[in-house]
Amino acid sequence: MAEAVIHPIPPGTRDMLPDEMRELAALNERLHAVFAAAGYGEVRTPAIEYEDVLRRGDDRAAGASFRLFDGSGRVLALRSDTTIPIARLVASRYADAPMPLRLCYFDNAYRPAQPGRGQASEFMQAGLELVGSPAPGGDVEVIALVLDALDAAGLGRHRVGLGDGSLYRRLLASFGVPEGERPVLLDALSRRDLVGLATHVDGLSLSRTARDALVGLPALRGGPEILATDVEPVHAALAGLRACYEALDARGAGDRVILDLGLVRELGYYTGVVFEIYDPAVGFALGGGGRYDELLGRFGRPLPACGVALDVQRVHTAMLAEERLAARGTSE
Amino acid sequence: MTAGEGLRIAVPRGSLFEDTLDLLDRLDVDTSEIRSNDRKLLFEDAGVVTMRPSDVPTYVQHGAADLGITGKDVLLEQPEREVYELLDLGYGRCQMVVAAREGDDSVAESLRRLGTVRVATKYPRIAARHFADTGRQAEIVEVKGSVEIAPLTGLVDSIVDLTATGRTLAENHLEIRETIHECTARLIANPVAHKLKARAIDDLVARVRAAGAEDP
Repeated sequence: MAEAVIHPIPPGTRDMLPDEMRELAALNERLHAVFAAAGYGEVRTPAIEYEDVLRRGDDRAAGASFRLFDGSGRVLALRSDTTIPIARLVASRYADAPMPLRLCYFDNAYRPAQPGRGQASEFMQAGLELVGSPAPGGDVEVIALVLDALDAAGLGRHRVGLGDGSLYRRLLASFGVPEGERPVLLDALSRRDLVGLATHVDGLSLSRTARDALVGLPALRGGPEILATDVEPVHAALAGLRACYEALDARGAGDRVILDLGLVRELGYYTGVVFEIYDPAVGFALGGGGRYDELLGRFGRPLPACGVALDVQRVHTAMLAEERLAARGTSE
Repeated sequence: MTAGEGLRIAVPRGSLFEDTLDLLDRLDVDTSEIRSNDRKLLFEDAGVVTMRPSDVPTYVQHGAADLGITGKDVLLEQPEREVYELLDLGYGRCQMVVAAREGDDSVAESLRRLGTVRVATKYPRIAARHFADTGRQAEIVEVKGSVEIAPLTGLVDSIVDLTATGRTLAENHLEIRETIHECTARLIANPVAHKLKARAIDDLVARVRAAGAEDP
């Protein structure tokens, strides 16, 4: 047998050969059929964008980290998500379009690979963007559709974790936590460090009610019972989440939902509900999304919007893990 | 009795091992097989898998274990791990310190005359962050074992290491110059298990609290 001649490729990238590609193509096709049947038209945006355009959407250009220069010295960036490019596209190309606008995409996105995390720096996303449809109706449409699409793809046990990206910020404001103290609490929450969060909150000399809410809420997840509270600022802050859950429940998707008051998503543009998709066979989220009512305004078209992106390779991994569990005759 | 309904917990061998097994005993987990068999690693009946402490976040992040127990030092050294830190278990208390040879000012001298200090450590990221945060330039030398001998042999000016009693440092004529972090054992959880097995995890956390962990 001839010996392979190895030439390196960048860390976090990989080649895909026909067996894998065949399965990924079949998976994408099933997802696309569900998206298309619901009226979502497929779009494609360039993989490279002007960095200052991405920064309009998110101060950190949504975490874009691969940069290059064009011939005139302008900074280009490989997109790290497709939501910001689609916000740009909607502002530029759909000035007179009737709303809501339903778009979907199947495209690669790029983020730096972190060693040891088994993470790809180039990954394939399948996503939806629903523009011009406010909460909770738009959120419910997107969440129900992504659950259906995964059913069609062949998963059966997937669930959606549903939280509110603005909940903790609003609680900090309504309990009068000084502005200067808020970033350290939000940072602990974003790192899922509940021990550090409790330590910092205890150092703030707040009322017992405020202390218990700020420490206890991020650990609350489960069914609709976790939304019950007598504490007024908390009750008000949970209104959006309650409306979204009730509408999902009315559509028959209630048992697919895990309410999660500590859910955080790394991108900064979310303004309302945020969610992640899980499958019990794998220990990582398959994708996620949320409501971003201010993003399109930054591109000159103030419109409410909501979207979701699935990591197609992670969905593929979950499908194989489910198959293996089924073959072993075990269920978790 | 297992750690909890269908839960698998990653247990660190090494200095946290005994205290962790004592905690599991108080939770009515049968640890007799784990105590009697130090070559076996996976105990399906008890829902326990044992490993070195620095591997615990890896297994938990990837969902191979739902929960894990490891030192805060390990978590600080692996900040990119996506795991929930649920509880400070209170035991295994030790300090991450900067230490140097007794009565020797080579750290200050190196900083003054060479602009940088050489630091040996098994915790390169904690060490690099500490010197960066305190505005000093440092050249971090990663070693895998017995870091105490690094300053004695002239490899470095100082070390960053974990110490509980300070005895090993003293035996090697080293003294603590700065304390970087207080570290204790922590209970961590996989983010997906934290949602999908919420009831079992919350139940276990409540039992750990009742069994005498420090409330966060």
